[in-house]
Amino acid sequence: MEEKVKDITSDEQQEYVINMGPQHPSTHGVLRLVVSLKGEIVKNIEPHIGYIHRGIEKMCESITYPQIIHLTDRMDYLSAHINNEAVCLNVEKALEMDIPDRIKVIRTIMSELTRIQSHQLWWASFGMDLGGLTCFFYGLRDREKILDIFEETCGGRMLVSYNCPGGVMYDIHPNFQKRVKEFIKYFRKILPEYDQLLSGNVIFHERSKGIGKLSLEDAISYGVTGPSGRASGFSCDVRKHEPYSAYDRIIFKEILHTEGDTFSRYITRIDEMWESMNIIEQLIDNIPEGPYSVKMKPVIKLPEGEYYQRVETARGELGVYIISDGNKNPYRVKFRSPNFVNLSVFNHITKGFKIADLVAIGGSLDLVIPDIDR
Amino acid sequence: MRSIINYLKEIILGVWSLLKGMKVTGSYFFRPSTIVTQKYPSNRKDLVMFERFKGEVVMPHNEKNEHKCTGCGICELNCPNGTIEVISKTIITEDGKKKRAIDKHIYRLGMCTFCALCVKTCPSNALAFSQKFEHAVFNRAHLIKTLNKPGSQLMKGVE
Repeated sequence: MEEKVKDITSDEQQEYVINMGPQHPSTHGVLRLVVSLKGEIVKNIEPHIGYIHRGIEKMCESITYPQIIHLTDRMDYLSAHINNEAVCLNVEKALEMDIPDRIKVIRTIMSELTRIQSHQLWWASFGMDLGGLTCFFYGLRDREKILDIFEETCGGRMLVSYNCPGGVMYDIHPNFQKRVKEFIKYFRKILPEYDQLLSGNVIFHERSKGIGKLSLEDAISYGVTGPSGRASGFSCDVRKHEPYSAYDRIIFKEILHTEGDTFSRYITRIDEMWESMNIIEQLIDNIPEGPYSVKMKPVIKLPEGEYYQRVETARGELGVYIISDGNKNPYRVKFRSPNFVNLSVFNHITKGFKIADLVAIGGSLDLVIPDIDR
Repeated sequence: MRSIINYLKEIILGVWSLLKGMKVTGSYFFRPSTIVTQKYPSNRKDLVMFERFKGEVVMPHNEKNEHKCTGCGICELNCPNGTIEVISKTIITEDGKKKRAIDKHIYRLGMCTFCALCVKTCPSNALAFSQKFEHAVFNRAHLIKTLNKPGSQLMKGVE
């Protein structure tokens, strides 16, 4: 009896295990984290995933290539357009097609708009995670402008399904260029407000600087890509290293920061929004004339073989791997989703910090759970 | 001494950064033109969706109750979820030929993912998207819709 009492009070063995999620607002979806705590200090995190597993990869094996596209919308729903593009580029690569410049430019503009709206929503929810509810309203307010542009041209707001193998579904709306220019003019004025609200806030600095440090070596060995990897100095921008669509003809710089803490992951994303606006401005005035879609066969059959295409989504590198046996359905489809890989580093960078920091670090990794489970 | 100065400096800088943020939020008080909130249920009448908005799939009929659907079933083939079911029948035309026509074009709104493949691939442009977005119903069976109107016929000249 005496021994038991001793056990409970001894410092070394007091570990308290709590479940965070699957229904927790700051995990941004159905992610369950089994957190071992010692007092307030996080000792270990064990992510349990699979609550929103829909078997998208398996479903892809039984449907045709144009039908796969609308499923990829539902993986990383915040960069839906870029996911669509990845599949289309892979199919086009397999068929060795030449894509007209107009399609490439339209896709690039749309991708960058998607990146901005994704980072806006991330900023909104990250601010809310750290207790700034104003951020949430302002972020969503500005995101609405991009969603309206999408709605006018693509017909969908979030799950756009705008790409199809060989081009895009519809031509851009006559108002498209005017609206995008209006948005950029508006957002260039608004983005400094984001800095005043959150980036310069002393409470935010206290909660994010030096928290959740990820070194360059660890970022490379864990394979953390996207803004989270680039904040550690890992040069991993697929747009730069392996340009697809129209990225080879525009001048932009890869945002790199070296600190690797929560604050530098934050500032990387803010800088990326500026850079995305630069990219759009270079392209929006000179969209070449031409068809918006190449005429495809009614039934698309890929030649036998293996194909891989990677693109840069708002969260990192998305790889689409297709094995074809010559039929209209793929034999196997594998998605290398950025969020699944970024989640693996969560435990490593959170160990030793307080439980309140866990929310900040999780927010800064910008996880989208349906992309993890697929 | 220095630590006290630093401490006071931190407090002043902290208050200054807070005031900077408050300035942003406060300035919106005096700019009512920047408010974007819509009063949704009461603005229903002048709430117009964009013309390409994917609300639900409909089959446009003209004033003579004629549609363009030939019953070829390409939409059913292209639908990834089994949302569309085309039930066709054989009719005898005026000159005595047997011809395929649709009996029912069933559309299950509850299963639709709005990928627009049916509308895009229809060879006779018989399907379109409507801008209706208020889909809530009290009974799930109401989500299963028959797109062709009762008594409707194939438009003349559409093969």
